[in-house]
Amino acid sequence: MIRAAALLLALAAPAAAQEAVATYGTGPTPLMFRSTTDIAVLGPTIQTFTEANPDITVTYEQWGSNALYKLTLDGCQSGDDTADAVLSSGVHQMVELVNMACARPYRSALTATLSSERIWRNELWGITREPAVMLYNTDLVPPEEVPRTRFQLLDLMRQQNPRYQNRIATYDIEASGLGYLLAFSDSIEASTFGGLLEGFSRTDAIATCCSAEIIKGVAEGRYLLAYNVLGSYVSTQPQDKIGVILPEDYTLFLSRAYMIPKNAPHPIAANRLLDFLLSDAGKAQLSASGLEWQRDEDESGLPASSERSIRLEPMLLVARDQQRRSLFITQWRLTFGAPRFLTP
Amino acid sequence: MARATRSLTSRVVVGVLSLLLVGGVIVAIASFAYGQQAAKQAYDRLLLGAASDIAESITILNGTPMADLPVSAFQLLAQAPDDRIGYAVRGPDEQLLTGHAAVNSAPEPQRRPTNQPVFFDATLQNEAARFVTVTRIFAEREFSGTVSVTVGQTMLARNAMALGLTRDALIASILAGLALMVLAIVVIRNAMAPLDRIASELLDRDPYDLTPMDNNVPAEAAVMVDAMNRFMRRLDRQIGSMRNLISDTAHQLRTPVAAIRTQAELASEETVPEAQRLMVGRLARRSRSLGELLDQMLSRALVIHRTDSAPRRPVDLRDVALEVVEARDHELLSPGAEVELVIGPDPIFVMADEISLTEAAKNMFNNALRHGTPPVRIGVSRTGTRASLWVQDAGPGPTPEVLSRMGQRFERNAASKGQSAGLGLSIVRAVAEAFEGELTMTPTDDGFRVSLTLTAHEVPE
Repeated sequence: MIRAAALLLALAAPAAAQEAVATYGTGPTPLMFRSTTDIAVLGPTIQTFTEANPDITVTYEQWGSNALYKLTLDGCQSGDDTADAVLSSGVHQMVELVNMACARPYRSALTATLSSERIWRNELWGITREPAVMLYNTDLVPPEEVPRTRFQLLDLMRQQNPRYQNRIATYDIEASGLGYLLAFSDSIEASTFGGLLEGFSRTDAIATCCSAEIIKGVAEGRYLLAYNVLGSYVSTQPQDKIGVILPEDYTLFLSRAYMIPKNAPHPIAANRLLDFLLSDAGKAQLSASGLEWQRDEDESGLPASSERSIRLEPMLLVARDQQRRSLFITQWRLTFGAPRFLTP
Repeated sequence: MARATRSLTSRVVVGVLSLLLVGGVIVAIASFAYGQQAAKQAYDRLLLGAASDIAESITILNGTPMADLPVSAFQLLAQAPDDRIGYAVRGPDEQLLTGHAAVNSAPEPQRRPTNQPVFFDATLQNEAARFVTVTRIFAEREFSGTVSVTVGQTMLARNAMALGLTRDALIASILAGLALMVLAIVVIRNAMAPLDRIASELLDRDPYDLTPMDNNVPAEAAVMVDAMNRFMRRLDRQIGSMRNLISDTAHQLRTPVAAIRTQAELASEETVPEAQRLMVGRLARRSRSLGELLDQMLSRALVIHRTDSAPRRPVDLRDVALEVVEARDHELLSPGAEVELVIGPDPIFVMADEISLTEAAKNMFNNALRHGTPPVRIGVSRTGTRASLWVQDAGPGPTPEVLSRMGQRFERNAASKGQSAGLGLSIVRAVAEAFEGELTMTPTDDGFRVSLTLTAHEVPE
């Protein structure tokens, strides 16, 4: 029987909210910045921003993506936004917020440099560029078995090799907005998705909630393989024994979406933060933090034609559709079984 | 010139430009309407395609309609990349199955009759938007009823397309308008060129040059040029006759005036009273003859002037003859001469100037009195379409050599005698020519007849 991992955080998510807070700078202008990104990862970039703009004090709140969506939506509908800027990896949620006229437009020379897949309506901007990768434990997976493509992963799972039984992990799409988005994008991108679900089922794969948990599990050898993990998390939590694969059939790239709420109290400061994040200095900092993936032929060997960006466009509304989502999750559950939050 | 009214060119240019402007406004309105219509149709089709896609994806699952929202529907809507989207799938009683609660189906009455797609305008988060509702009817074991799919989109792309189409159409029509304007200016300048040519020809013309202008011009301008040419011809003739008058006068007066002066000087120096009286008598004769000469010259100038300028009216020739006789000049010229007036009861009209005719008749009459043999008869007669005023005396007429010289402007022979300037017949001839008539001199059985024959005018007023 397939089992789902315990999801303590998923239980807590609806009620509790904010996961961490940090403050940068001491300037007179406050800027409330809410993000799903770990403060440890993005903090240095915000630090650089306040150093370059000493008049601004940034309060950085870290939220889960579903909670951040709900909070922002409430602010939009009540007309009482408390955030000045929102940066979320749940880009389908952000697209929906923009579609509900919850965002504030901004144009500048820097926003004009963004490619069309990273900007929508001048109200939503893709800040980062992070690949969805496969991880493997370099000690436990023999080099000849390391899958370079999804097809090789499928073949591996079909071999009924007991070594991988119960040792392949991926996001639980019900618990993780990001996991749902990546799975949804896979389902649209290629027909391999059905085969993958079948393979996960055959190998009793584990659906779990969080990047950190998956990475730690791979590093410790609890999982041999992990599918659809954001590459940036790996580079920011460097571990020995972890191999990273950018699937060569196609690799999804996610751009975290930056939005300025319609009724933001300090939109000018938010505009400046956006321009900073898009500037060379900001990009260099994001790159150093592993959030801006740089193409490197020697290392990844990923053909350019295999890069698939998750575009910021209204098509992502499909991912937010209630019935489509329930159908998708139903199909997912047929593979992974009903969530059993309280089992160990 | 300073007070000339607006030039023809500017009138025509302003007219043509106004036409183009009015046309341009009409084209602008038409292209805006066309752009709106085209954009509406194009994007309405996208909406309908998306709604139909969604409607197709609905299946009945466990007694509930389930929409497996197709990505293709949103890819269609993404043709308007920056427009916000609203959609809702609603079951019976407008209950929301999936989508946005804020999006309502088209009003029921509109959908009722045919279940055809219904387009309508509404708002999406307070922004104008266009919607379509597609209805699908299910008759399954598990579910029976209608499901409506409503898809809407804000109008950024539509408005941009309408504007783009309008702008393109406007740019095209502005270019066409400019081309037309240039062509119009070329055409107008071309059409006006003959006028410019006439104007510059007039400006360049010597003020004393009265030769006719080139009338090889368009019909409209030819009227003007012809009128001007007629005017100049008349002016030319009048100046010519004035010149003649002056030179004749100078020529003819010089000799008699010199003679009078010489005789007056001689008379003043004469000491013998008898001789002096004789000389004064001769002086008086000379000056009377000079007076007659002057009269004739002036009357000729008058006739020539009048024939050119006086309007022609119907004149009864009998009145002319009667007036000549009643003037009783003959009693001065040749006292006691017998004069006879021969006129009938019927008027004989010609188209002419009465004063000129009278001058001519007087000269004919006086010539006969002076040179002919009494009795002198003056009369009028008519033969067919020809009307004649004639003077006849009983003599044999002038000698053939005199006859051959007659009617010239003046006759030196006579002039030198100081008695006749020989101008009389030349006046008659000038009148005859002016009124398209002729002067004839014919010996008759009982004398010599001089006739002035003109065309009879049939309908006297």
